[in-house]
Amino acid sequence: MEKFLSALIEGMSFGGVYALVAVGLVLAYKTSGVFNIAFGAQAFVSGAIYYQLHNRSEWPIIPAFLLAVVVAAPLVGAALDRMLFRHLRTAPPLSRLVVALGLLVAIPEVVGLFFKVTQATQYKGIVPGGEIVYRPLSGVAITRDDLSIILSAALVAIGLTILFRYTSLGLRMRAVVESPRLTELNGIRSDIVGTTAWMLSSFVAGLAGVLLPTVFQQVSVINYTTLLTAAIAAAVLASLTSIPIAFAGGIGLGILQQFVSRYLPTGNVFASNVKPSLPFIVLFVVLLFKRSLSYEQGLKDPLAGVDPPPPVPASAVRSRELTIGTRIFGFVVGTWWFYSVLFLWNDIWLDRTIRILIYAIIFCSIVVITGMAGQISFAQATFAGMGAFFSAQIATKQGVSVIAAIFIASAVAAVVGALIGLIALRRRGIFLALATYAFALFFDNTMVRYDWVGGGIFAIESQRPVVGPVDFARPVPGSTTRDTAFLVLVLVVLTLVGIAIIWMRNGTTGRFLDALRGSETAAASIGINATKARIIAFAVSAFIAGLGGGLLASYKIQFSSLDYKAELGLFWVVIVVTLGPRTVEGAIQAAAGFVLFQEWVLPTAIPWLYNHALPFADITAISIGWQQIFFGLGAVTYAKHPEGILESNKTASLTRVQGLIDRFKSRRDSEIETASV
Amino acid sequence: MTPLLELINVDARYGPFRALFDVSLSIQPGAVMALLGPNGSGKTTLARVASGLVRPSAGTVRFDGTDFSGSETYEFARTGIFHAVEGRSIFATLSVDENLELALGRGRSRTEVSEAKDVAYALFPRLAERRNQIAGTLSGGEQRMLSLARVLAEQPRLLIADELSLGLAPIIVDSVYETLAHIRDAGTTLLIVEQHVGHALAIADEAVVLAKGSVKYAGAAEGAAAYSTI
Repeated sequence: MEKFLSALIEGMSFGGVYALVAVGLVLAYKTSGVFNIAFGAQAFVSGAIYYQLHNRSEWPIIPAFLLAVVVAAPLVGAALDRMLFRHLRTAPPLSRLVVALGLLVAIPEVVGLFFKVTQATQYKGIVPGGEIVYRPLSGVAITRDDLSIILSAALVAIGLTILFRYTSLGLRMRAVVESPRLTELNGIRSDIVGTTAWMLSSFVAGLAGVLLPTVFQQVSVINYTTLLTAAIAAAVLASLTSIPIAFAGGIGLGILQQFVSRYLPTGNVFASNVKPSLPFIVLFVVLLFKRSLSYEQGLKDPLAGVDPPPPVPASAVRSRELTIGTRIFGFVVGTWWFYSVLFLWNDIWLDRTIRILIYAIIFCSIVVITGMAGQISFAQATFAGMGAFFSAQIATKQGVSVIAAIFIASAVAAVVGALIGLIALRRRGIFLALATYAFALFFDNTMVRYDWVGGGIFAIESQRPVVGPVDFARPVPGSTTRDTAFLVLVLVVLTLVGIAIIWMRNGTTGRFLDALRGSETAAASIGINATKARIIAFAVSAFIAGLGGGLLASYKIQFSSLDYKAELGLFWVVIVVTLGPRTVEGAIQAAAGFVLFQEWVLPTAIPWLYNHALPFADITAISIGWQQIFFGLGAVTYAKHPEGILESNKTASLTRVQGLIDRFKSRRDSEIETASV
Repeated sequence: MTPLLELINVDARYGPFRALFDVSLSIQPGAVMALLGPNGSGKTTLARVASGLVRPSAGTVRFDGTDFSGSETYEFARTGIFHAVEGRSIFATLSVDENLELALGRGRSRTEVSEAKDVAYALFPRLAERRNQIAGTLSGGEQRMLSLARVLAEQPRLLIADELSLGLAPIIVDSVYETLAHIRDAGTTLLIVEQHVGHALAIADEAVVLAKGSVKYAGAAEGAAAYSTI
């Protein structure tokens, strides 16, 4: 009984944290239509400010709290609304999710520019003497900090329930989410209501931000994002609409977690793996079995037609001459690059080129699932990881040739991908994306620990392939041979994948997916099987990701699960979405950006440019965090340019060049005409 | 007499697409104007300009003599313009009661709101039965009723009704037009956008016929029938 009670009480204090974040997520979704995956990042902003003021500068609690939570947090929300989300009120929910994802990547790094995350320990909470322990019953202990969390969560939940039940502001917020223009027709200023909604949800994020670190004793962005998953499970349980259910779900999840950790037998691999991944399992199960999630939440705005139509892709504006011109240009640049890598540049560039090509293969999988099928999958890194882990296992333990092993492993990934597509069949948009996220985290936290997947405590190694007489072995350091054979191998694979994608896009499946992206109902009415098309897209995408992942492992030989972490998968989506998710070309650009930005642009190119443009300035390197900031903010443009910003700039410049060509041609035509007259 | 609504040399566009070319019209207070024309002639765009949803790229919009050309949509609404938009013009995710509360809630006290709601429910008992139903699950006719119920309860100065008959059974269309006649009798000026010429001309005093974004006819309703084949 004592054990039971203490598990209950301790579960409640953990659950209070989950509940607070879950309530915040529901609030954000209800009042702004954004599934704010950046909620944890926003919370981190306030946590960092509070730590800086209270712990480091020794401000008293009240002014530090007021500045961090009551002033700074709503300001952040208002700024986000004014700069971003205000322009996205009529954008589809998935675009808004991508923008939030960009923020999730960028915000912590922006905070990191001002706030030294290292050694942000010994966190002091918002109640004095937070470490004081109460013992209401024997064997049951609860600290003052824990009580402050539970109480705050309950107060927020009650306050918001009242707001939505009994005030006109709550009603107006919900109306703005459905259609800002219809709301304006009722004489209500939708921009002010929308900004208020963002300020309110950011305030809750800020409150969560200063409360959570007491649980971990330190301020670190990882804690915020880990908590987010559990909170997502509770928020989804509430169908993203009911605040009381989100609160109860959060508390319940905390209690469940305590019970699992206390009552499951210790020493068992399954039991010790299940505990950390409980939130992901719960999220996955809820997504599977909750029937009311079958419908995409939020209807299309009846006045969406007032917005100007979306821009056309670059390929649509160019004429035949220009298409041929761009292709020749691309071919020349490609040839020049490979010539230089082979004969002029050193091994570092050879290595970079190989990795760019491998990541381009992986990113092609995002082109299939996001660019063609219009779905967001957060599990691409996991599929790549499956390709890596399984191919290494098969090759090392069964002695199968590496190339065959990679194909077998990719096929396994494809089957799993198809299963997720099948399971998540009735879940669309946001909920499908969340299901892939839950799966990715589950794989990361549980599956990778098994001997037959990630090797358990022993790291596993992959091998270089040998095909007939050609040995792709890594050259011995100091020898004159280079890794060129592997370069050719990945180039061939990428070419095949590229051809397959173009073939698929122009074939029936591609057309079906286009139709489904446009309107699922209309597509179904002309006999398109949405299920089949989507499962094919998932399977093909997972297969390609597995290929790339397997090749990466084979190239690196020694690899680790860090190369395929779920968080990395989020970043990959961000980078591909920024640089062009619709085309194979876009995937290559994204891969080049991913590899070169961190290794060359930030540490070498920018300082060089800077120092040569401004001779008095002297910078040697720029923090790596700028990569996250750069691409995170790039993804933020997704809603405005669903074709990617690079692609949209390309369209603009192509239109200009096309204009020049047309003018030249018309002048020539008129000259010919005058000549013939 | 100052016209209630006046559009002077209005151009309007959606991105690169131009929808209205140099359109002028004016409606006197208390009048009923029918706005006619084939598909794609710019009727809906003109209605949107008149309610502030689309800002004209050139020209002037005046309401009761005041310039509203650069104003926000809510400012149009607050002067007493109500626009029942084409298709769904109610909030599908809110309940019937919440829809009415949202429409009637601004500038009223709690008791005044419930009085105004009672007026609306008395006029449409069907809505009172479904007060807690989600509005998106109402039938097409009931949704139209809901958006007219708020007009009747509030009596705006100008009602812009865009394709109210769209997708409704003929008998329901008749009752919708009866309701419009009530609204006119209560003193509201009407701008009726309609493809079905007969119904609209029966109630209208004046008519404007649009084709390809320009005015083809403006004048008495009787004269418009000749243009109805455009």
